[in-house]
Amino acid sequence: MMGVWFEDDPRLAVIGKRLSKVRHVIPVMSSKGGVGKTLISCMLALALSDSGFKVGLLDLDVTNPTAHVVLGVSVGSTLPEEEKGVVPPEVGGVKFMSVAYYSGENPLPLRGWEVENVVREVLAVTIWGELDYLIVDTPPGIRDEALDVIKYFRGCRPAIVTTPSPLTLVSVRRLARVVSESVGCGYLIENMGGSKPSERVSSIAREFGLKYLGTVRFDGSVDSAVGDLGRLKATGMYADVRGVAERLAEDLSG
Amino acid sequence: MHEWALAEAVVEYVRRVAGGGAIAKLTLGLGELQAIDEEVFKFALRELFKEYGIEVRELRIEHEECLLKCRACGHVWRLKDANLEEDVREAIHFVPEVIHSYLRCPKCGSRDFEVIGGRGVSVKEVVKA
Repeated sequence: MMGVWFEDDPRLAVIGKRLSKVRHVIPVMSSKGGVGKTLISCMLALALSDSGFKVGLLDLDVTNPTAHVVLGVSVGSTLPEEEKGVVPPEVGGVKFMSVAYYSGENPLPLRGWEVENVVREVLAVTIWGELDYLIVDTPPGIRDEALDVIKYFRGCRPAIVTTPSPLTLVSVRRLARVVSESVGCGYLIENMGGSKPSERVSSIAREFGLKYLGTVRFDGSVDSAVGDLGRLKATGMYADVRGVAERLAEDLSG
Repeated sequence: MHEWALAEAVVEYVRRVAGGGAIAKLTLGLGELQAIDEEVFKFALRELFKEYGIEVRELRIEHEECLLKCRACGHVWRLKDANLEEDVREAIHFVPEVIHSYLRCPKCGSRDFEVIGGRGVSVKEVVKA
């Protein structure tokens, strides 16, 4: 039998094994950029870890990874260990994997199939071990990484992040539709919202059968806390994300 | 031993397509870009096939030269001609696409190029016994 490069890719055969001890995969997705998805992803991972869960965080924003900046990881001096694969270093109790360990702060311009190649490579060689939660930060939009997440993380529960802005809401309905059609379940998190859930966002959750996990209020102090885990955890945003994490864990405990 | 993880992928693939029986011939491609340590890779393959009780009677490794083609100007060049530092080669070893972070077309300077051959590990042929 002759192998055809992309269809008969041996890496695809091992991805399921790499994720076999991961109980829940939560891809954090958004339809628009700038909604705070990376901050939410990082804080969600840290909050779940603080609650005693074993947590991994994968930055799958392949061409523009920034989760390491939020976590204060110096990608120039930190590298995953090699042990029959690549073992992600622990940051604040979270196993953290990113292409930035290898691309540094350099640009990484890639075409679609090259992005998929990176996703396959990372999923095939990363040794997560036993995890309660794997949080996956994805780039905005419904393109390669988002589609790969749905394709490779069977049984995942995507968490869509949106703001209450009317512009964002138009596009979040598109993503919610894709998630609803292809996964069948998932979550909605309202970021930069008010103290109460907005009807506009919660109605989208109802329309597409997604569970509304709560609102995370705008917090102007977060930018100055980026890169410092202690200060990040002292922000109002982190307190709100802890609430989101508790509701997520509660929903998945049943 | 990152090679181990890729060897595991090959073994899982062979188990899947060949159903676990003996293999008369397995041909693998090793692309120059990923710079896989062939001895370590073959050692891992032997150990893993043994673990799964799969006999591979002939293992062939084909080395593939890495060629790059600029999408902006069409220039084709060889990885051999690029002068890459050791730490960059190490990074590329783990995720070959990060070559776009460190290399540009020698003719026009664009990073928009493609690897047209010799990227990484591939399965060329599996012949069941």
